[in-house]
Amino acid sequence: MVSMMRWGDTLEDDDFDELTAQALVAANNAAPAKPTAKLPPKQVFGPDKDGIKTIVEYKVEQREKVKVTKKVRVSKKQVSTSRGVFERRNLAKFGEAVGLNAEQERTTMSMTEDIFLERVKTSKDNTRKDENFDQLQALATTKALLRMSGISGKPDGPAFGAETKAYKVPMSVRRGPGELPPGEGGASAMGKPGSGQYVPPSLRAGASSVGETMRTRRDENSVRVTNLSEDTKEQDLVELFGPFGAISRIYIAYDRETRESRGFAFINFVRREEAQRAINKLDGYGYDNLILRVEWAAPREPRPDQPPR
Amino acid sequence: MRPLLLKGHTRPLTFIKYNLDGDVLVSCAKDHRPTLWYADSGERIGTYKGHNGATWSCDITRDSTRLVTASADSTVKLWNLATGECIYTYEFDIPCRSVSFSLGEEYILLTTDAFMGVPPAVRILKHSKDTEEQTHEEVLLVNDAHPGRITRAMWGRLNKTFVTSCEDGLVRKFDASTGKLLNSVKIHDKSIQMMDMDRDQNTIITASQDKTSKLLDADTFEVLKTYQCDRPLNTAAISPIRDHIALGGGQDAASVTTSAGQAGKFEVVLYHKLFMEMFGTVRGHFGPLNFVAFSPNGKSFTTGGEDGYVRVHHFDSDYFEQEFA
Repeated sequence: MVSMMRWGDTLEDDDFDELTAQALVAANNAAPAKPTAKLPPKQVFGPDKDGIKTIVEYKVEQREKVKVTKKVRVSKKQVSTSRGVFERRNLAKFGEAVGLNAEQERTTMSMTEDIFLERVKTSKDNTRKDENFDQLQALATTKALLRMSGISGKPDGPAFGAETKAYKVPMSVRRGPGELPPGEGGASAMGKPGSGQYVPPSLRAGASSVGETMRTRRDENSVRVTNLSEDTKEQDLVELFGPFGAISRIYIAYDRETRESRGFAFINFVRREEAQRAINKLDGYGYDNLILRVEWAAPREPRPDQPPR
Repeated sequence: MRPLLLKGHTRPLTFIKYNLDGDVLVSCAKDHRPTLWYADSGERIGTYKGHNGATWSCDITRDSTRLVTASADSTVKLWNLATGECIYTYEFDIPCRSVSFSLGEEYILLTTDAFMGVPPAVRILKHSKDTEEQTHEEVLLVNDAHPGRITRAMWGRLNKTFVTSCEDGLVRKFDASTGKLLNSVKIHDKSIQMMDMDRDQNTIITASQDKTSKLLDADTFEVLKTYQCDRPLNTAAISPIRDHIALGGGQDAASVTTSAGQAGKFEVVLYHKLFMEMFGTVRGHFGPLNFVAFSPNGKSFTTGGEDGYVRVHHFDSDYFEQEFA
């Protein structure tokens, strides 16, 4: 029994003088006979020059003697209060509070967990964030356009299909299981949602509807998926949306600073019917414990500051 | 911040009142037992035993010696604040709702509900510091001005007037000596649940079921600011030190079970008084908020909810450091 009590674990403490050591020895000797044997009295040392008070207490807990060493920093603070407050410092209990000791009274008052004043993002902040996002996307598109410089102005040029196909790989454009028809695939890779800068000829004022399939509008066939779990990767979305048809592009929005997924993604389908089918099937689909929301991505307003080409 | 959770009441809270020094507070609930607490530690000092019905409101004298409580058991009781002893009972035959001491504490402003054909009324009672002289004297009775329940009545400057808020969305001002209606303005489309005044009695804040809170000029009832909220409001308070407003409410208890847990909107909402912009929320209650009160030093606030809990929130230091909101 003696060996079970590890006085030594805390005895190394510098604050203990000979007096404590003696008390401990006495306790050690007394303990084996009965666990309920007399416990050493509570001892208080200090406060020392740093204001540290050491309180040593002993108690029996589950038939084992436990030594509790508390260190308390004592500091004095002068506060001026009104006389009334001072007089009310120690009011006698009345009503239902009578006869309850501090332990029982604790049931009427408890500290709860840490709760923060949650700062509310005002609508201003929200729009600012969206602008950032837009700028980011615009930037990405500008880069893309620069890289495609040769064809960016005339997407219906002769080399268009081949050029775009080559360019698609570094932009990590994913393809669905279905084979892309080269011309149309190129067109929708061009028609990235969120690029908002380039207005294809078919959409310009006075454009005819001739060649509509070739120059698919950039926002067309773009599906927005929200309420995605943060762990969702592009490959997961390929697996999820691939069966519905050819996918020309997948974009998952990541937070710029934390690199965490923001929980939504855009998926461009090559064919509108396939996108519609995916929306019909997957809107409200439970994926990774979350209910997906799949809908047409809202077409982006053309930017007024960009002159139409 | 780490709010103190005070678990003394078994029924929904109705009212919370700090004393002038701000060291103690009294909470009233529908469970018949107003309770006195230390405002800084949350320690319960005692409960006032004697009421036989829900207690709707209370007030504490300036020197923190006496408490007055109004109850649905048709009585108004005067208590020794520190000992819990009942000093005097005003007996009526109608439920009593709002009470407040006048400046100088010679009078008590009381509102009574409509009951058994008796219309809702505002009454002024005589209050005497000497218990021997205390009588059931009613100085004034105004019982023909309100079509619905009077939710709150407060004294105007120097006891010359008093202001009432009513279920019909109107705020009214009366001459305190004659009971003459001086002014009445429709402020809200729905019931005004609670009304409060800032300490210098310049502005009045109202909280209404129509999801707005309005800041009024206390003299003219001109609407200075409107705080548009997304929930029915039960209570509003003005910070005594900063340009902040605390609002509380939430969907009513009857419809809580019919909607998602998040939709309850039981948080305390903090608004900037001048910019009318919500800048923060403090969650905690799991039922609608019935009362919010700032401590007189503005460093903490206390809420009472339909869930029967009182929560004392001491602001973190960053609350005081932030320039705007």
